[in-house]
Amino acid sequence: MKVSMKINGVEYERDVEPRRLLVHYIREDVGLTGTNVGCDTSSCGACTVLMDGKSVKSCTVLAVQAEGAEITTIEGLAEPDGTLHPLQRAFQECHGLQCGYCTPGMVMASLSLIKENPGLDERKVREGLEGNLCRCTGYHNIVKAVLQAADEMGVKA
Amino acid sequence: MYPSKFDYVRALSVDDALEKIASDEEAKFIAGGHSLVPLMKFRLATPSLLVDIGGLHDLSYIKDEGDHLAIGALTRHTEVEHSQLLQAELPMLSYVASLVGDPQVRHRGTIGGSVAHGDGASDLPAALLALDASMIAVGPSGRREIPAKEFFKGFLETALSPDELLVEIKVPKGVSSWSYKKFNRRAQDWAIVGVAAVKNGSTKVAFVNMGSSPLRSTGCEDALRSGATIEEAAERAAEGIEPPSDLNASSEFRVHLAKVLTRRALEELS
Amino acid sequence: MTQVAEQGTSVIGKKVLRREDPALLAGESKFVADLDVPGALNIFVLRSTAANARIKAIDTTAAKESKGVVAVYVAADLESEWAGPMPCAWPVTADMKNPPHYPLAKDTVRYVGDAVAVVVAEGAEEAADAAALIEVTYEELPAVVDLEEAAKDTHLVHESLGTNTSYVWELNPNPEALERAFSSAKYVVSERYIQQRLIPAAMEPRGVLAIPSPIGGDYTLYSATQVPHILKVMAALTLGIAETKLRVIAPSVGGGFGSKLNVYAEELLCLALSRRHRRPVRWVEERSEGGQATIHGRGQVQNIELAADENGKLLGVRVSLIADMGAYLQLVTPGVPLLGAFLYHGVYHVENYGFKAVGVFTNKTPTDAYRGAGRPEATYAIERAMDALARKVGVDPAEIRRRNLIQPEQFPYNSPAGLVFDSGDYPANFKVALDRLGYSKLREEQAQRRASGSRRHLGIGISFFVEMCGLAPSRVLASLNYSAGGWESATVRVLPTSKVQVVTGTAPHGQGHETSWAMIVADKLGVPLEDIEVLHSDTAIAPHGMDTYGSRSLSVGGTAVHLATERVLDKARKLAAHQLEVSEEDLEYSSGVFSVKGVPGKVMPLAGVAFEAFTAHNLPDGMEPNLEASVSWDPPNFTFPYGTHLAVVEVDEETGKVELLRYLSIDDCGNQINPLIVEGQIHGGIVQGIAQALYEEAVYDRDGNLLNPSLADYLVPSAAEMPSFELGQTVTPSPTNPLGVKGIGEAGTIASTPAIMNAIVDALSHLGVTNIEMPASPERVWRAIQDAVAS
Ligand SMILES: Cc1cc2nc3c(=O)[nH]c(=O)nc-3n(C[C@H](O)[C@H](O)[C@H](O)COP(=O)(O)OP(=O)(O)OC[C@H]3O[C@@H](n4cnc5c(N)ncnc54)[C@H](O)[C@@H]3O)c2cc1C
Ligand code: FES
Ligand code: FES
Repeated sequence: MKVSMKINGVEYERDVEPRRLLVHYIREDVGLTGTNVGCDTSSCGACTVLMDGKSVKSCTVLAVQAEGAEITTIEGLAEPDGTLHPLQRAFQECHGLQCGYCTPGMVMASLSLIKENPGLDERKVREGLEGNLCRCTGYHNIVKAVLQAADEMGVKA
Repeated sequence: MYPSKFDYVRALSVDDALEKIASDEEAKFIAGGHSLVPLMKFRLATPSLLVDIGGLHDLSYIKDEGDHLAIGALTRHTEVEHSQLLQAELPMLSYVASLVGDPQVRHRGTIGGSVAHGDGASDLPAALLALDASMIAVGPSGRREIPAKEFFKGFLETALSPDELLVEIKVPKGVSSWSYKKFNRRAQDWAIVGVAAVKNGSTKVAFVNMGSSPLRSTGCEDALRSGATIEEAAERAAEGIEPPSDLNASSEFRVHLAKVLTRRALEELS
Repeated sequence: MTQVAEQGTSVIGKKVLRREDPALLAGESKFVADLDVPGALNIFVLRSTAANARIKAIDTTAAKESKGVVAVYVAADLESEWAGPMPCAWPVTADMKNPPHYPLAKDTVRYVGDAVAVVVAEGAEEAADAAALIEVTYEELPAVVDLEEAAKDTHLVHESLGTNTSYVWELNPNPEALERAFSSAKYVVSERYIQQRLIPAAMEPRGVLAIPSPIGGDYTLYSATQVPHILKVMAALTLGIAETKLRVIAPSVGGGFGSKLNVYAEELLCLALSRRHRRPVRWVEERSEGGQATIHGRGQVQNIELAADENGKLLGVRVSLIADMGAYLQLVTPGVPLLGAFLYHGVYHVENYGFKAVGVFTNKTPTDAYRGAGRPEATYAIERAMDALARKVGVDPAEIRRRNLIQPEQFPYNSPAGLVFDSGDYPANFKVALDRLGYSKLREEQAQRRASGSRRHLGIGISFFVEMCGLAPSRVLASLNYSAGGWESATVRVLPTSKVQVVTGTAPHGQGHETSWAMIVADKLGVPLEDIEVLHSDTAIAPHGMDTYGSRSLSVGGTAVHLATERVLDKARKLAAHQLEVSEEDLEYSSGVFSVKGVPGKVMPLAGVAFEAFTAHNLPDGMEPNLEASVSWDPPNFTFPYGTHLAVVEVDEETGKVELLRYLSIDDCGNQINPLIVEGQIHGGIVQGIAQALYEEAVYDRDGNLLNPSLADYLVPSAAEMPSFELGQTVTPSPTNPLGVKGIGEAGTIASTPAIMNAIVDALSHLGVTNIEMPASPERVWRAIQDAVAS
């Protein structure tokens, strides 16, 4: 069936089976492969995107459920000229990524977290990222990056 | 992971939803999809038709109705978590919602889906059981109210019939103190054991993951009614309950945890 | 070594931001699953649901008729594709038993997850749909699950072998002396530890894409691998493809930790099927599938004995272990225990040493190298046993260690196992760590808490590790029967426009080699970092290499880069001297410019030299055109990083829940090229080790079913369970390589597991607890307390 949604500001319409997962719609039908798949049990958060401004695990949403939604993926964060979003920059400056596989999901989850929670502190960041797994960084620098970005984006305590 | 094939329709209204669900015996409602889609990915659920009620925004609300609060079935966990009304009138529910899964799950999952799914390992059903909530369902034969105590029947089994739609959850006010203890190993995980304790006149205690459905601790509640101390009541918490064994805990350890957590919860109440 | 270019400010030792990051952060980097080629077929691998069974029948009729299906194959259909079985490169003994292992199981399946059929379809969904229609009839046999049972041969994994024992490997330089040490000892501790099986769980599942060129007859294999070079050789041999016809590319790879250090059935299947169907063939692993189909790590039952004199000074260390091979030997499965075999005395001086490993088959997923491979096991055993010795002797765990540490003047230290530890100052490192933690103060706090009757117990855990890394001197590998060398290669090329190209044989998958290698070159050549590109992980671009694992990349691969740069500079100097008509000795080199000593203004920038080398209009007689050099570096020794890791935990006596309050480490990895990356490696490593201690275990039931292959049940910890870490360092350069570096990729994982477990046991020692098995789940901790209190 026809499913249309806005991804990173661009309107897409694709004809897909109802069983198409949002993550596959984004990656395969639209061709934005920045969003990753790391598990099959909704546990890892690698597939996190923003749906109408809020983080969701796109492996656990059917594409048909996202009809008419506004989706933001990792590709939609940087400026058109390539300037990184403050959160992306913070991840680089704090060495919050190694292999980078968890990173798109981690960044999108962090963005949602920062927007929804003024007054983040270390504890809140750690708990707020409970649904995102990273096997490389040990999280130390991810937490640092999120706090730094929250500060810069003007929403820290 | 690919679900097996199914048909999909969107419900435009409650009546429309009821009509569509009646059209196919293997049909299922989908709300947030955060219980259903994971099962479908592993082909543990294979509905032939999904009726999406996600667009019924009228069923997303939190209202003060005098002696109780009314929560629409499609209210998402995150809304329950952050509702100022709930935080003022029923902070326990906000707190319990904040412990469900992770933020992404809470952005999608609905209280109605959680209740209708009826998983004994879920947080909100046990909390609602301790709160003496009741569920409003509408179906072909009209609207009915089902007390929580009669709602949760067994493993993923509730009093709802397949063609009934859960529309609202009513939670009585008057909670003077409460405690919720969720014990798990990773923050994102389901409870190994959870205890919900509520003082609203009498004291009610309900368990998460101590059986195939959410359970009230009759042993503990009886003991308290007959004037037992907190220690004595907690000791009787798992009376008549045979919790499951799994990778995270044996049945025996669950019983032990239930007692410890009940004691701690009751201590917080007083 | 040769002189270092004099420069104003060297980048070495600076926290240089990684050049890998922007593309990864923008979602632009391509992992295998991101690659799609028009016309690609997708495969689904059907896996055994039985651990040990004869295949009675496989009915693929319905699957073959399913929509989009191109073919369905079982083992017999593909036999003609294989020139040989899947490779095991480490026959540790001459008589090691290595049963033939093919991509699809033929008559017998030997673990849950063993591949039995493959569906080739247009789309991935269609392949999965069809696989669900295949019916396999099994005749189940008793599964061999428990290690010690396996060693008794009651039931066999491979009937034709007549035994479950693959090999027995021993290291016992002087058995009589060892015996005497134990019989004369005042104290003997005998400990038994279990190294549970672990699932490596790199966040990127594996993925493969094989693309044939039907006309040219060659193949490009994209794989999420740590070892494109090894894979190329092995795949060529296994499939009977000329090595010249195969190009292997590892695009962005999402972590490995050893799990992608292998040659897997799916890589071979995709290649074979792309050959058969003359179309690209793709496979992307599902996470729960990977739990069964990708190698596991650890899996040992260890017995360690320490003999000590009346002061607690070690007289002898004796170790005997059984190691779980799983159902088959993968690439280096049997060698993993050997990587720890030499290190079971840890950082302590001892004269007498004995080690024995028995490798046994079980009906479980094959094991292989997982972060640390052999060394975490060794460190765990000795560090836990040292705590046991401290309890026996009645001294503080810090004190027992102080009494036994190898002293600085003993370096280079000839170890009782026959290694030469390169460099170190262990007592100094240990002191820094204890002081920073406030060790004695914490001991006081612990005593107060105990006195107060609190049921939340405080525990302090010490782990002092040394490891051998920088795999490896090729001659040593030969003595261990390893079938390849341990060198690494590098090419450094100054292009006509003076941009620099570095080609490395390492295969980074998160370690930031592009940044670090550029730093090494920038430091020597004095050119801006931005002018240097680093190429890797494509066998057409970097034909020589031994890839990335075993904390080898910097000390071996980085050294190769350093040496190649030196050679380039030597040539540039000759050319500059020729052009400036002076002798080489009259030249100085700084910030990318040759200048003549004492003659201001007589200069030639490297850019000019590079262009001259390119045009070749005026070279010295006999000099070849172009400014480039290649080096293959074979290290003379391993390197030996070390460090003290300390954990402070709180244990809830009633629920058994462990909370990690603090974690401090003082690592010594020699010189640091980029401290940002060093710290990142330590953080990540520490968490993986903590995960072994507290959360992770691949659990099998008695029938050989893996109960937790998914990330919902296999508990990889999240940020919410971890604290921030307190890191510090000491620096003892390694004399093994000109950079003075050691390696840091595995240190955290090696060290942290025993730190946590020692802390938990320490917290509960006054209750009589002496051991808890890993992972220390709330229930295990609670039961250990119940048992201790009861006895
Ligand atoms: C990774 C992960 C972790 C989680 N962790 C937790 C946790 O820790 N604690 C916890 O409590 N829950 C947890 N959940 C479950 C989560 O709370 C679900 O969102 C919730 O259980 C279901 O809500 P839903 O709206 O998504 O329901 P859906 O998945 O859409 O539906 C669930 C079932 O209810 C039926 N249904 C839904 N709405 C109605 C209705 N209005 N009337 C009748 N039938 C209806 C559907 O037909 C279906 O059978 C987790 C989920 C995930 C994916
Ligand atoms: S891929 Fe969506 S949570 Fe793992
Ligand atoms: S950076 Fe590799 S998984 Fe997070």
